[in-house]
Amino acid sequence: MNASLRLRAAIVSIALFLAFIGIWHIATRGTGAVATMTPEYAKLMGLTATAGKSAMPGPLDVGAKLWEHLKRPFYDNGPNDKGLGIQLGYSIARVGLGYFLAVIVAIPLGFLIGMSPLINKALDPFIQILKPISPLAWMPLALYTIKDSGLSAIFVIFICSVWPMLLNTAFGVAAVRKEWINVARTLEVGTIRRAFTVILPAAAPTILTGMRISIGIAWLVIVAAEMLVGGTGIGYFVWNEWNNLSITNVIIAILLIGVVGMLLDQVLARFTRMVTFPE
Amino acid sequence: MTPEKFISIEAIAKRYPGASGGEIAVFENLWLSMARGEFGCVIGHSGCGKTTVLNILAGLDEPSDGAVIVDGQAIEGTSLDRAVIFQSHALLPWRTVLGNVAYAVTSKWRDWDRAKVKAHAQTFIDLVGLTGSEHKRPSELSGGMKQRVGIARALSITPKIMLMDEPFSALDALTRGTLQDEVRRICLETGQTAFMITHDVDEAIYLADKIFLMTNGPGAVLAEIVENPLPKDRGRTDLHRHPYYYAVRNHIVDFLVSRSKTFAADVPGHDPRNVPVVKIGVSEPTIVTPPRAVETQSAQTIAR
Repeated sequence: MNASLRLRAAIVSIALFLAFIGIWHIATRGTGAVATMTPEYAKLMGLTATAGKSAMPGPLDVGAKLWEHLKRPFYDNGPNDKGLGIQLGYSIARVGLGYFLAVIVAIPLGFLIGMSPLINKALDPFIQILKPISPLAWMPLALYTIKDSGLSAIFVIFICSVWPMLLNTAFGVAAVRKEWINVARTLEVGTIRRAFTVILPAAAPTILTGMRISIGIAWLVIVAAEMLVGGTGIGYFVWNEWNNLSITNVIIAILLIGVVGMLLDQVLARFTRMVTFPE
Repeated sequence: MTPEKFISIEAIAKRYPGASGGEIAVFENLWLSMARGEFGCVIGHSGCGKTTVLNILAGLDEPSDGAVIVDGQAIEGTSLDRAVIFQSHALLPWRTVLGNVAYAVTSKWRDWDRAKVKAHAQTFIDLVGLTGSEHKRPSELSGGMKQRVGIARALSITPKIMLMDEPFSALDALTRGTLQDEVRRICLETGQTAFMITHDVDEAIYLADKIFLMTNGPGAVLAEIVENPLPKDRGRTDLHRHPYYYAVRNHIVDFLVSRSKTFAADVPGHDPRNVPVVKIGVSEPTIVTPPRAVETQSAQTIAR
């Protein structure tokens, strides 16, 4: 039953995908209307005007280009022509660094907020105001103070991934079952040991859920941040190819951003499962 | 009744702020004492403050007034001398059976090495009949097995007192019976002092040496102490054949059904420090008022 459901779902998925590709292919087959023009004039015009080819690349164009990129992911022909592997590598490194800094700050601070009602109440107004700020709004301030576009991008990732982790950690720590705390209390377990042996494992699934939300947001924000700071990264690649009017490359970049985002989410989902124990 | 007071609850009260200002007392001026090696059961309706008494005894809660003296010392907070078996077993789901028991063992003996902790924990896992399930996590165990782990964890720290808050109420009747047998066997073998809260009259009659009857809250009082007339070697299956069984059972049920509501009005001169002890004979239960020697004894206990 379960297996057959999975099989049927896979069949529907493949059918939907083929239908999408088919429609895309038909829609971009060509305009047909070709004006007669002198060969000299034709040289100045694109394929759309001379051969009736669609201005939007079709699935075959994208597929061929993607294959080309996948064959040489790490080439480097100077600042504006690097392999997609290199560009994605820059983006992942920035996200990783900003996210790591956010983990270092958010989890201990979240622990403190969750364990101390005083700190919770005292910090609440700041968190409430800072949380809804679009991470990109920090960018000018970061550029002005840090004076380095790469570090500013990392700062923006830090600031956008810190909030979900902070709030989830605080919530998870505050919501640890009273009985488990009582077990530790009756066993005269000290505060530090209690924090590591009872509160941390009990709150871990909630903390990991916050981390999973954070990595998703960080991956959303890095594209926009790199469009602003430029230089390297998948976000810069998208904007650069837009300036080159290479819609094929833009589509490929969109696809890869989605794939990497999914992989990052899956990694965190696996970690979450590892620390979740049913009662 | 031995004069020794291993546990002595002296004039404790618990008050909560009321909804319309003022304070609501769950109970006031509650006195209760138990000798070493005794098994005490508290019976009363919900809201009479049974759990609060147990939590105060465990150190998880503080009385608004009064003190609790255990083994000659006023208690302050929780202690490894007083182990608690929780109603909901409260096992740590990320630890195995062995891990849960070992956690308690390492909490008591911090300098023990891994092998020693494991061996010690294993002894108590064997004691509650869970040999072979050491490496299972709580989610893989049945309700009865989980509570066995709870018992092993409590026993493993070799406490002076075992405190049980309705430990079997979430279990089915069959499992409850087996676990009652286990607890009774272990308590008799080790001479463990135990204090238990229950709703189940038969459970109290089977397990307890003394049954404490509490009236309804708020303003609950310890109304009577029933001494169990059944012999020490009683068995769970032939409990009801004992000639005193129905006398003691009827007395408790009567109390729960009617007298627990009207006790305060019926007995206006009730002295919470000299709670009548009920000794049950073949005929009618007789109420024996104890001699007033309590005051000097408790003073000695504090001084010690």
